This record gives sequence, C-alpha cells and structure tokens, in this order.
Amino acid sequence: MVKKEMIAMLLAGGQGSRLGVFTSKVAKPAVSFGSKYRIIDFPLSNCINSGVDTVGVLTQYQPLRLNTHIGIGIPWDLDRNIGGVTVLPPYEKSANSEWYTGTANAIYQNMDYMESFNPEYVLILSGDHIYKMDYEVMLDFHKQNGAEVTIAVMPVPMEEAKRFGIMITDKDRKIVDFEEKPANPRSNLASMGIYIFNWKTLKEALLTNAEQPGLDFGKHVIPYCHAKGAPLYAYEFNGYWKDVGTLNSYWEANMELIDIVPEFNLYEEYWKIYTRSEILPPQYLASDSVVERSIIGEGSEIYGKVYNSVIGCGVTIGAGTVVRDSIVMNETHIGSNCELYKAIIAENVEINDDVKLGVGEEAENETDPHIYNNGIVAVGEKSVIPRGVSVGKNSVIFGVTSAEDYGNGALPSGKTLIKAGDK
Amino acid sequence: MRAIGIVLAGGNNHRIKELTKKRAVCAMPIAGSYRSIDFALSNMSNSHINKVAVFTQYNAGSLNEHLASSKWWDFGRKQGGLYVFTPATTAESNAWYRGTADAIAQNLSYLKNSHEPYVVISSGDCVYKMDYNKVLEYHIEKKADITVVCKDMAADVNVDRFGTIKMNEDCRIEEFEEKPIVAKSNTISCGIYVVRRRQLIEMIEKCAEEDRYDFVKDILIRYKNMKRIYGYKIKEYWSNIATVDDYYKTNMDFLNPEIRNYFFRQYPDIYSKVDDLPPAKYNTGASIKNSLISSGCIVNGKVEDSVIFKKTYIGNNCYIKNSVILNDVYIGDNTHIENCIVESRGTIRANSYHKGENGIEIVVEHNDRFVI
Repeated sequence: MVKKEMIAMLLAGGQGSRLGVFTSKVAKPAVSFGSKYRIIDFPLSNCINSGVDTVGVLTQYQPLRLNTHIGIGIPWDLDRNIGGVTVLPPYEKSANSEWYTGTANAIYQNMDYMESFNPEYVLILSGDHIYKMDYEVMLDFHKQNGAEVTIAVMPVPMEEAKRFGIMITDKDRKIVDFEEKPANPRSNLASMGIYIFNWKTLKEALLTNAEQPGLDFGKHVIPYCHAKGAPLYAYEFNGYWKDVGTLNSYWEANMELIDIVPEFNLYEEYWKIYTRSEILPPQYLASDSVVERSIIGEGSEIYGKVYNSVIGCGVTIGAGTVVRDSIVMNETHIGSNCELYKAIIAENVEINDDVKLGVGEEAENETDPHIYNNGIVAVGEKSVIPRGVSVGKNSVIFGVTSAEDYGNGALPSGKTLIKAGDK
Repeated sequence: MRAIGIVLAGGNNHRIKELTKKRAVCAMPIAGSYRSIDFALSNMSNSHINKVAVFTQYNAGSLNEHLASSKWWDFGRKQGGLYVFTPATTAESNAWYRGTADAIAQNLSYLKNSHEPYVVISSGDCVYKMDYNKVLEYHIEKKADITVVCKDMAADVNVDRFGTIKMNEDCRIEEFEEKPIVAKSNTISCGIYVVRRRQLIEMIEKCAEEDRYDFVKDILIRYKNMKRIYGYKIKEYWSNIATVDDYYKTNMDFLNPEIRNYFFRQYPDIYSKVDDLPPAKYNTGASIKNSLISSGCIVNGKVEDSVIFKKTYIGNNCYIKNSVILNDVYIGDNTHIENCIVESRGTIRANSYHKGENGIEIVVEHNDRFVI
C-alpha cells in the first residue's frame, strides 16, 4: 500500500485581485517574478528541496497558464512514479457540485486524493509567497512537540501586526489564543498561512465542518481544532518571506533582488529555485547598451539603457530607450527611444518607438486607486502601445490600443485604459 | 519514422589543445548556454528522428554527464530514445573503437535491431541547424547509396583538416580526399551522411572483415566509384569547432545578430540541458558592450566583444575584451583578460593580466576560491 509520510496541498486557486491587470487573465501563482520565475516556483521548489515529493495543486481561477507551467512537474523533479505533482481543479459530483468556496473547502473536496497516499501529515501551502523554507525542519518541530497542528509564524513589527492573523503562544510556542487582524495585538507572531496537520486531525475537522459555508482554515478549521483541545504549536520562521499580494509589495520584492547582496539570494548554491525554462540562449548586450543594478533573463537583447530594473527572458529593448526602476516580463518588445519610469510591463507586450511611460504629475487613479498607486504604470499582457504616446503615473493600459485612444498623444496620470479582459 | 540517427562523438583533436584535457570535443561549451553535441541532437529531434545513438570514447565522462537525461532533447520516449555507446569488452571484442566505422561495427546490433530504412550520421563537433528530412528527400530522389552533406568554404579558408570533395554536374562525388596537403577543391564534407540502413550494415560488415576501421577512408573514398555517392550542398551556417581558432571564431560568430537570429529566434530551437541558474545580475560599475552573457553570471566590471558562459563572476574594475570565458569562472577584481579563452571552473586571482599576443591564449588557472 502506498505510504507517504507527508504530502503537500498547495492552494493556487485565488485571483489575487490586488495585482490588477496582472491577474486578469492569469492566476496569481502564475504571475512572473524575479525575471525568469513565477510565484508558484517558490513553494514548489521548497517542496522538492524539503523532500516532499507529492504535491496537489488546487486551481480554480484562470488556470491555463498555471497548468501549462506545471505540466507534469518536470522542472521541479515532481514527475514521479508514485506521487509527484497533480493539478486538482474543482469537479462535478453526483450531488452537491460546487466551486471551491474556501481554503479548507477546497481541501475537503479533495479528500480522496489525500486518502490515496495514506499520509501521516498534510502540509497546507499557499501559492503566493516568496520565501525559501525547509518544511522538513517544520515537521521535526511538529513531531517533537507532539502537535496536532503546527502553524508557521513570523515576527512582524508590532504596528503592522493588525494586518495579520496573530498567534498568542506560551514560552514553549504552544498556541494559547489567536486573533484575526486585531486592533490591539497581543503578540507580533503573524501566521504565514503554512500549516502542518496530522492527517487524522485534519480529516476529522474537515468532515465535521463540511457543511460550513466557505470553509476556511483561519476562520473555521484552526478555531475548531483549538476549541477541541488539540495541541496547536507555532513554528517561528525568521528567513525572508514576502507576500506579493499588492502591486507595491510585488514591485518592492522584485527590486530587492537587484541589491548588491540581496536579502533573498537566488545565487546560493543549495536550495535552488526551479522553473520551466523555455528560453535558453544567453542574453546579448549591444555596443551602446548600459545596464546597471539590474537582473536580466535568458535570450533578451538589450540595445538601450537599463537601470535598477528586473527584465525577463526573451525581451528586446531598443536603442536609445531608457528603462528605470521597472519590471519587464518575458517576451515583451520595447522599441527605440522610449522612456520607462517605474513601469510594470506584463508578458508579450508590444511597445512601439518613442513611447514614454510614467511621466508627468502624480494623480490618483480614477478607477482603482487602492491597486494602482505610488506612481506605478501597469501594462497588462499582450497589450500594444502605439508609437509616440506618453503615459502618466498611476495609470493602467490593457489590450491592443491605438493612437485614437490617446487624446493629444497622451494618457494623463491616473487614467485607466482597458480594452481587453473580462469587463 | 524513416530514419535512425548516429552521432559520432568519440574523437579528440590535438588542435584544440588543453581545452579537451578534461572533456570530449563534443562536450565543448558553445554560445554561452549550449554544448557542441546539442546541435546535432536538436537537429535529430527536430527532424523527428526519435532513435539516436551517440558513440563516445575519448573523455566520455564529460559527455555522459551532459547526456545523463535524454529529456532535454525530447528523446525520453517509449518509441526510440537516446542510446549512448561507449566501448565495452564483449565476448567478440575487447578493442577500443579503432575508427568511426569500427565504432558502428562494434554496435551493429543497434542497426540490425531497427526497422527504419535509413540512417542519418552526424558528427557531434559541428555547429549547424538542419532538417535532415530535406537531405533524405534528396537522397531518395538521386537514388544515391550515400549522400554527403557538403559546403563551399571561402577561398581564404584552409581546408587541409577537412575532407574535400569534387562533384560532377549531377552532384555525384567524383573525388574525395581526406585532409589533403594541397586541396583541389574548396568544397568540404560536413561530416553528415545519409545512407540506407541495410547498405550501411553491408558495408560496415565488409570493412570489419577486412580489418578496416574508418568511415571516410575505408567507405566513402574506397567505394566512391563503385557506389552512387552524392553531395548535398548547404549554404546555411555550419562550423566545425575542433581547433582552438575555429572554436573561438564559432563562439564569436554568435555576436553577429543574423547568426543569433538564425539559431535562437527562428523555429525550431536548439535544446540543451537546463541548469536552473538565476538571471544574470549587473551591479553598479558593470559595463557591457557587444557581448553575450549567460544565466547565473554576476558582472561588476567591463566586458567588451566577448562571450561569457554560465555562472561566471566578474569582479570590480575588471576588463574583459575579445575573450571567451567558459562556465563557472571566478575572476578577481582589477583583472585584465584580452584575446583569451578561459577554461571552465577556473579561479583567476585579483590583479591578474592575461593577453593573447599572437593569437588566442588559453588560460587554465585553478587557484583556491573563497566563497562568501
């Protein structure tokens, strides 16, 4: 009989709406990060590096890119005879068919998958954080304490604690209480959304609470286990961990990679991050190019000037173009004599010659100021920007645009120009 | 499937000097991210040849490492696959491969146990892109026994290390000379052949009986009047890397946008083993002009007209010019490297100075490396 000590369930179904146009066609875990990677590469690489070789990936929102990226798991060595990676979308049942209505509900709907591996422990992960973590060490901690549930936590500054789920523990890190986004936090240990459950405990909790609408780990399952008296422990993690849920934090996390010795170091020998690489050739930097404080992916051709930026694979940047403080994702083409300031350009975008992005006065975004702010210009995937236009700050462009869309050849700061995607 | 493939990858060449001290010629790194044999293997895969044998002998370990998994070239299939044949002692033979024909003879069961009617043979030390199906069509159309892919070299190229060919107006090969002292023609054999499988078995068996071992000398040249041997001329890029100068030049060719476009941007792709290295990183003070930089590199200094392979570290205030830096080299601060090929995994101390004065200098330096 198949027996896996610990299997992982990776929640990758969320939209991540605070990333705006970047998640309008792609699930957040499939959004590109750090030039050649996608966000889901980090938890998947952590799994294989921690010796967890059975991973169920729960998908729901816009799964196409995610499915193609994961494939049969070859890049992460997760193509296994027994176990490996399995994509788990919601499916129709003879009765009570439903979408995944909550994090724990999604896990509940895949009870048979978990059961088939006869596990001792189940690791619950989410697909939207950038970090390197050895889940095996966390499992050791879980076993040593005889815990039924272990929650990974991270100390955060006290003033920020009110944005998180906070765990209150005794001196042995046993959880005595917890509070969701408290006004007056009693501790600064924030839950990272990473849990290890004893399979028996998880199964019982899911079955008992199956009828709960929108069954959620933080809101229902953990409180249920606690109320029942199961030993809950907090595993403190002190490494780099970044939630890239907002455009700002996404931009910042990318920019941190270009520091001289980045806090999150991709160049370390051990604990490699794996990804699907379709583009292999080296990058070419032309005679008139200038590249400083940047990282650039395979197969890109740089004829212009790039400062403080993260450039993906297969990108071309034309002569005389200046790219500053920007993120450019895979296969995007930028023409000649353009200027880009603090722009985030998604994949397969076509920017014609003499375009200026991120110029002019600050102005609040007209439609979604909570998403597009801090002067960032966002350009969604497969967009086309016609020759010679200039675009202000806090603006968004998505879709094939032509000169008529820009009054006087300009899109003022704070404007939203969306011609693609779900309306 | 109409053909099976053979890649000849066992040889060494003294003209490539110390660069093959630790590796086979066919394992030589090319164009930043590839190895020489990737071109032949990718061509096979892209021509839908699913069953390919690689004959290795000299420094076979380096190739075996690269070929440890066949999935990169899409050979990990139930039908076909990648077969690596290194000399082995058997009940019949305990000899090394004494030549290319002998290598095939010692593994004749590979040919005998296949059912595909044709065999495509390529050497693994050439950089080119080719759809073998086109050669195969030509081979069938000409009713040839053997088709040899050939190319006109520029008049100033010394062809004395190649096989030179003279063809009649029907492209039938009339003269074939191996490594001529005075060449009568500037058309050379590219080391790529198409032959019917049964025909090949027959000729190889005959050779073996007569204790002849070389495919070119003992088959092509010996049979050229008896068998219908045709030339298939190519105009596309083709380069053999088996001398230091050609190796250097081939790498430098990739600084030409047309050649880069031909190999990297036009379908189909060239495949290689994926190394999972992070993106290249440029720190303050880096300045790169007309150069290729591969993944995993960290650049702090100046690089001009050079090809930098994977995972190389270039320190502050360095100056690299007209050079090829192979994989995983550490170059300490204030170092000057000009007209050089730096051997892989080297560690070059800070403040070093290397300049190839009369031609290309090969730098092999293995100092202690202190990694932070």
